[in-house]
Amino acid sequence: MGGTPTDLKLIDENGRRLDGRRPDEMRPLKIEAGVLKRADGSAYVEWGLNKVMAAVYGPRECHPRHLQNPERALVQCHYNMASFSVDDRKRPGPDRRSHEISKIISEALTNVVFTEYFPRTSVDVYIEVLQANAGTRCAGLTAASVALADAGVPMRDLVAACAAGKVADTIVLDLGKEEDNSGQADIPVGYVPRTGEIVLLQMDGDLTPDEFGKGVHMAVEACKKISEVQRDALKRRYSARTEETEIGSAERSEAV
Amino acid sequence: MGKDVVADLKRDYISKLLAKGQRVDGRRFDELRPLTVETNFIGSAEGSARVKLGNTEVVVGVKLVTGEPFPDTPNTGVLTTNAELIPMASDTFEGGPPDQESIEVARVIDRGIREGHAVDMPKLCIEPGKEVWIMFVDVHVLDYDGNLFDAANIGANAAFKSTIVPAKRAGKGEDYPLPVLHQPISITAVKIDGKILVDPTHDEERVADARLTVATTETGNLCAIQKGLDGAFTLEEIFKTVDASRRIGAEVRSKL
Amino acid sequence: MQSSDSKENIREIVVPGDLLAISSKKAGPGTYSEGGKIFASQLGIKSVRPDSISVVPFAGQYMPIRGDLVVGKIVDIGPSNWLVDINSPYPSPLHVNEVPWRVEFGETGKFMSVGDIVLLKIVGVDEMKRIQVSMQEHGLRKLAGGMVIEVSPSKVPRVIGKNGSMIQMLKNMTGCRIYVGQNGRIWIDGELDSIVRAVKAIRMIEDEAHSLGLTEKVKELLEQSSGKGA
Repeated sequence: MGGTPTDLKLIDENGRRLDGRRPDEMRPLKIEAGVLKRADGSAYVEWGLNKVMAAVYGPRECHPRHLQNPERALVQCHYNMASFSVDDRKRPGPDRRSHEISKIISEALTNVVFTEYFPRTSVDVYIEVLQANAGTRCAGLTAASVALADAGVPMRDLVAACAAGKVADTIVLDLGKEEDNSGQADIPVGYVPRTGEIVLLQMDGDLTPDEFGKGVHMAVEACKKISEVQRDALKRRYSARTEETEIGSAERSEAV
Repeated sequence: MGKDVVADLKRDYISKLLAKGQRVDGRRFDELRPLTVETNFIGSAEGSARVKLGNTEVVVGVKLVTGEPFPDTPNTGVLTTNAELIPMASDTFEGGPPDQESIEVARVIDRGIREGHAVDMPKLCIEPGKEVWIMFVDVHVLDYDGNLFDAANIGANAAFKSTIVPAKRAGKGEDYPLPVLHQPISITAVKIDGKILVDPTHDEERVADARLTVATTETGNLCAIQKGLDGAFTLEEIFKTVDASRRIGAEVRSKL
Repeated sequence: MQSSDSKENIREIVVPGDLLAISSKKAGPGTYSEGGKIFASQLGIKSVRPDSISVVPFAGQYMPIRGDLVVGKIVDIGPSNWLVDINSPYPSPLHVNEVPWRVEFGETGKFMSVGDIVLLKIVGVDEMKRIQVSMQEHGLRKLAGGMVIEVSPSKVPRVIGKNGSMIQMLKNMTGCRIYVGQNGRIWIDGELDSIVRAVKAIRMIEDEAHSLGLTEKVKELLEQSSGKGA
């Protein structure tokens, strides 16, 4: 954020943004579940020009061991941007920004995972941003939720995430890269549809309380729609091959 | 622990099948797994490719920036190859700074590209002694089932074909296609119980005695070779493998 | 093509957070209850019973339950126990008191080594998820020869089949000895060609666990591959 002066007309006379969207319109979102073979669960998200892959291993033995919690599982998220994901090549490896994002996503997911079912273990979540165009932490959290469900990790609900912001004195939804660079505020939100609770929230820039309220509500409404896309992705993964099951498959049969 | 526990158990099974001339997945000894290559996968990179070789999936991104040449080669561009074996791809990959394995993978891929003169590096000189193009080839492993060497090499070759040098952004004139000279293709084989198997899966790599990677160009000449693991090859085995690499390399090249 | 049976046969795929019922029934595996409502906690198929509602998950780690038969591998040896990997987030110690031999302190290595495959029973799981395994019961033992493959634990019921019908068919049609652990590990022994056929069949079951007519497809696969080189 910085409200960098720009020649770009962020919002034109018709209220349209740089890419033609209305202020309350999201970029196109596609989600696919179960895309990797080795990971226990995975999801691939294309959101606008963002391309993000998420993978889950676990619950499994907790490493590093000294972080083990005797009463519950740890949810350890590692968010990383590929060096080729941005215009100016990024040096490989986590920087301070990735560490912070990893932490807040871990916390958001910890809220919904039934960690008490798996003491002393770790659920490891990996988020790789392959192509970035603003909103990668929201895309990452959205993908990570789907990957967790794909891995069969018990959860209260999926977390959906989306950012709102302010550009050209207007509250808008889902900032694109140019809007993020030249905008006046950015509010990423992580939302749990079932309970209506917020599990991820950040804000930077300059907003009146009213503007903030408007932005958060806008983001929450978008999260409800995103949640449907997440659910659909998970169902699609199996619906092509599911027709009927024998009642017996729900039982723990004796191994012979 | 966990998944790799089973890989060891398969050693006997793999050996018994080999004794009958079979591989676990039914392939011939000199057969590659199904290969798919998608170029221009990452818009933020100057060139990119997504490669699936069986269940191994890698993304290769090419980024170009301007910078100073090396003092001993003042008139050529600089090539740097990096490989990220991220934990997402396998529970056998640990995060953190590159370990010996990722460094070896990167250097072997680099050697094939460099010695095979894939790119006309002198043409990447902007001002002799002062400014040249620095080319970053970043290999990102998403899903791991053996043979990173070939998957990444094929990805790099595919990416180069569609890479655009971003001269405009750097104020150095118009954009132009990366000057590609050759296509050095590497083919890797492992030795198990005295048999040579091309394009090993992870299970096969794990029980292999020795590994040989051979990179060849369109002329049929060799440009890079790397022997790995702590077993040994006879001379005859090496020459046979070299022949196989030349032949199979040509087949792969025709598909790119 | 649905059977004319009760509504249990109607497939409904549910996602974590989906409301399954407003009911006082018991919240079974794969679900949780809150305020008189039952929600799905895992991705899977909704299963309604007279007294409970549960979800049959498509995936998930193996969580040991008392009474389960498991195929494990010895990964470490202590003076009075062997540490067994049972494909679960929790390594399980097999104590010298739980094997059919008399083992002196420090002599554990004489009876079993690292890498040995064992057939065990889960005899206890406490709230901290500490696992107790045993080899005492008849039939439990070290397994020699053969090979072990892993399937997702959620697919084990399918490999076993209703009343063991699927596993019985696999054994009959391949002539292999097969032990299916609840932990997703399957031990197979027999003629090499037969093992290959059995593995192919099990992989098909894993891939198509929730498809219609799976039993027929597997039968066909086994019939086709018999008599050939494999």
